[in-house]
Amino acid sequence: MVNYRYIVRWCRREVFGGDLMRVVTAVIAIAVGLMVLFGYFFAQFTSIQTLLLNWAIILAGVASLVGIFNLIAVHTDKVRRAEKGSVYSALLVIALVATFVFGLILRPQHAVMQVLLNGIILPVEATLMGLLTITLLYAAIRLLRRRADVISIFFIITAVLIFLGSATLPFGDVPIFGTLIRPWVSQIWALGGARGILIGVALGTLVTGLRVLFGIDRPYGGK
Amino acid sequence: MTSLLALGILILTAFLLLVISILTRNSNPRFREIPALTRLVRTLGLSVEDGKRLHISLGHGSLLDERGGSAFAGLAALRIISEKTSVSDMPSVASAGDPALGLLTQDTMQAGYQAAGVEELYLPTTSRVTGLTPFSYVAGAMHIASNENVSTNIMIGHFGAEAALLADISDRDYVTLIGASDNLAGQSVLYASTQDALIGEELFATGAYLGAGTSHSASLTVQDILRWLIIATLLGGAAAKFLGVI
Repeated sequence: MVNYRYIVRWCRREVFGGDLMRVVTAVIAIAVGLMVLFGYFFAQFTSIQTLLLNWAIILAGVASLVGIFNLIAVHTDKVRRAEKGSVYSALLVIALVATFVFGLILRPQHAVMQVLLNGIILPVEATLMGLLTITLLYAAIRLLRRRADVISIFFIITAVLIFLGSATLPFGDVPIFGTLIRPWVSQIWALGGARGILIGVALGTLVTGLRVLFGIDRPYGGK
Repeated sequence: MTSLLALGILILTAFLLLVISILTRNSNPRFREIPALTRLVRTLGLSVEDGKRLHISLGHGSLLDERGGSAFAGLAALRIISEKTSVSDMPSVASAGDPALGLLTQDTMQAGYQAAGVEELYLPTTSRVTGLTPFSYVAGAMHIASNENVSTNIMIGHFGAEAALLADISDRDYVTLIGASDNLAGQSVLYASTQDALIGEELFATGAYLGAGTSHSASLTVQDILRWLIIATLLGGAAAKFLGVI
C-alpha cells in the first residue's frame, strides 16, 4: 500500500521547501524571459511572446486581487489590535468592501458607481495633487536650508526661470523669459541633462534585467 | 537595422556581465563615495539598535514595462535589508503600489528572513500593497511612515512627483529619508526634498553598495563601460557630422 503521508511530507520538504522548487521556478522564469526577449528580435517567437504577455496580464489581474486581500488583512489586523490610526483602517476596509459589493451588484458603469468615482475618488486624488503643489513649493524654499551648495542654487534659479517663462499673465508671456530664456534652458540645458540621466537609467535597467534573466537575481522562489 | 543594433548591444552587455562577474568573483570591489548610500548602510546597523523600523517603499512600477528595472533594483536592495534587519524587535515594513510587485515583495522579504535563519519571525503583513494608483499608494505609504514607529524611509523604485508627499511627512516626523527614482520628475522632487538624493543610475548601485554580491558590482563596471562607449559614439558622431562624413 502506498504511504501517501510519506509522499506528502517528502513533497513538502524536498519540492516546496527545498532546492528543487527554487530550481524549477528559476528554469521557468529564465525560459519565459528568453522567449519574450526573442520575440522582439525573431518573428518565429512573436506568437509565443504575445501569448506569454497575455498570460502575464491575466496573472497581474489576479495579483491585484491578492494585493487587495493583503490590504484588507493588514488593516483588519490593525483594527483588531486597536493600533494607532485604526479608525482610518476601519474606514478603509468598510469603504473597500462596500465599493466591491456595489460594483459586483450594480456593475462599474452604473450611475451610483460613477457618482462614487466622480464624487469621491477623483476629488480626493485632485486634492492630493493640490497638496503636492504646496509641498513642492515648500520643499524648494527649504532646499537652501537643507543643502546650501552651488547645485542647489542652480536648481532654484532654473526652476524660477522656467516658472517665470511658463506663467500665463493677463498681458501674455513675460517678455524675454517666455520667448528666449525658457526655451533655451528647457530645450538645450534641461533636455541634454535629462537625456544623460535617462541613458544612465536605461543602462541600469538593461543590466538589472539581464541579471534577472540569467537567474542571478531571483526575487521569486525563496532564498 | 535598429533591432540588429539592439540585439548587438544586448549580447555585448550579457557577455561583459558574465566575463566581469567571473573575473572579479574573488576580488574586493571599491566604490566611490555616494553620501545617500553611505547613510543607508549606517542606517541598517542603527535600526536594529534603536528599536525602530525601516520602511522600504518600492514605488508603483509595473513589472510588465520598462519601469520594472527600478522595481527589480529595489527588490535586490530589499532582499539585503530584510536579511540584515530580520532580527530586530521592530521588523522592516515594505510597501508597493503594484500588485505583482507586492507579491514579489513578500517573497523577497521572506527570502531575506530565510537567509538569516529566522523564517519563523517573518510576518506576511510586513509586505503590503498600499494602493493601486500613484496617489493612493503614497497615501498608504504616508500612513505607515507616520504611524508605525519608522526611523527611516527608503524609497527605491518608480516614483513620480507624488514622492514629495512622502518626503514631506518624513520631514515633519523627523524620519530620515533616502530616495531614488528612475523617473525624472521623481528625481527632481527627491533632490529638493531629501538631504542626499540618488540621481540617475545611482539607483541601480544600491545592491552593490549593500553587499549584494559580485554580480552587482560587475553590473556597475558594465554600466561604466557602456557609458564610455556611448560617449565615444556621441562624440564620434558629432565629429563625423561636423566634418561632413555622415
